[in-house]
Amino acid sequence: METKPIPEIEEEIIEDFALFDSWEDKYEYIIDLGKKLDKLEDEFKTEDNKIKGCQSTVWLTADYQEGTVTFKADSDAVIVKGLISMLIKVLSGHAPDEILSANMNFIREIGMMTHLAQTRSNGLLAMIKQMKNYALAYKMTQEN
Amino acid sequence: MVKGKPLVYFDNAATSQKPQSVIDALSHYYSYYNANIHRGIHTLAEEATLAYEDTRFAVQNFIGAAAVDEIIFTRGTTEAINLVAFTWGRQHVGAGDEIIISGMEHHSNIVPWQILCEEKNAVLKVIPVLDNGELDMDAYRELLNSKTKIVSIVHVSNSLGTVNPVKEIIAAAHQVGAKVMIDGAQSAVHLEIDVQELDCDFFAFSGHKVYGPTGIGALYGKRELLENMPVFHGGGEMIREVTFEKTTYNDLPYKYEAGTPNIADTIALKAALDFTTGIGKEAIRTHETELLNYATAQLQEIPGLTVIGQASNKVNLVSFVVEGVHTQDMGVLLDNMGIAVRTGHHCTQPLMRRFGIPGTVRASFALYNQQEEIDVLISGLRKTIKMLV
Repeated sequence: METKPIPEIEEEIIEDFALFDSWEDKYEYIIDLGKKLDKLEDEFKTEDNKIKGCQSTVWLTADYQEGTVTFKADSDAVIVKGLISMLIKVLSGHAPDEILSANMNFIREIGMMTHLAQTRSNGLLAMIKQMKNYALAYKMTQEN
Repeated sequence: MVKGKPLVYFDNAATSQKPQSVIDALSHYYSYYNANIHRGIHTLAEEATLAYEDTRFAVQNFIGAAAVDEIIFTRGTTEAINLVAFTWGRQHVGAGDEIIISGMEHHSNIVPWQILCEEKNAVLKVIPVLDNGELDMDAYRELLNSKTKIVSIVHVSNSLGTVNPVKEIIAAAHQVGAKVMIDGAQSAVHLEIDVQELDCDFFAFSGHKVYGPTGIGALYGKRELLENMPVFHGGGEMIREVTFEKTTYNDLPYKYEAGTPNIADTIALKAALDFTTGIGKEAIRTHETELLNYATAQLQEIPGLTVIGQASNKVNLVSFVVEGVHTQDMGVLLDNMGIAVRTGHHCTQPLMRRFGIPGTVRASFALYNQQEEIDVLISGLRKTIKMLV
């Protein structure tokens, strides 16, 4: 399957969010994304895959096949899950270089920056960092 | 206004909003008599010193200390507990000795004692918490013995609102010769404090939870203890004479106040204490109890909601969980309705583990909160749960 470039996916999310005129609609959409996100199998919910926030926990796994990285993630909080569902939509299925250069501006554009700023209360910022770390690690193995 | 809605501020246990008199005191100090204290002989330095020391008298009255030099300014409760652990504790706690805390302590009243225990090979003992959120006093009495050196207990739980029977705790500890430190971070704003009547050895509170500025708090200690403890921080102000061979230390309370202190916030703390005592703690508590009872009754009507902590003696806050809903999700949605509550473990992870939950939603009230705001919270919660379930 042909994946769209990251900036294009980001643009689509921004356009989707422009349609919402109340915070309720926006959050209902995110909650819905969270509920629909594929469950991460329990075997992957290990300490190693944990990204611990102060209030909620995120589990993240990555797989590298044929030049692209596939991410899977889960959280115990549904709004965080909705947000990580978007992160996966944007970053998963891309080459390490693309992931590393993604600026993730869409988070600001859709008004979800507060979720990144609260570094102590959720693992979202740490999750982006971890996704990029995976990309960097795969890139290194590729180069060696 | 928050997010276009009138703010409902129910995070008062974290920090209270400040009255105008406190903000004015800060601004007045910086505008008109900013100077370093105790050392200068010029007019400004004298004015600043007097105002700074006035707060010490205000704190003495606020908590009923016998003497003004038993009041040491600290950055807050956390620093005060650390001061006691690393001065009195280092001097008096040895290998095999025991320190007692409780299962509902804030991390600030756990970690300093853990550090001390590790350093000294001492043992940390924990009073269990009962299902209703009260301390197991029978278990406490069994923990006490001649090896117990200090009991450090929270007066009011920041997660449950439980008021602990500190007078009883103190008396029992004294019978085995142990000292008692009371963490008054949550209690000082709601309860009349009389350290002499309690007979506690140490008491600490934070200014910012009693309508004062952040970064200033106080430690009370009985004079004979403070006089004989080693110093905490070295530097200016805390010395009498310095030579390269030996330094002699200043008298109480300056012995524990090294360096230029937090002058502005200390001065403004007096305005906060005047504000609180001006309204009167009894009036404050009556109002807050009405809010608490109303909120608790309303919350219990919500299907799936469980109040965590149902002690018979509670103040100003209610903690709860809702079946199948993560507390953080509730906090995020409530915030979008302009309602500020605290969600999570409230820096009491062991207590949350005790109840088998990752955290709670906590609504904590102050004297300026109104019943109508609780109605906003309740309808906000119902909407939140509907969106999430």
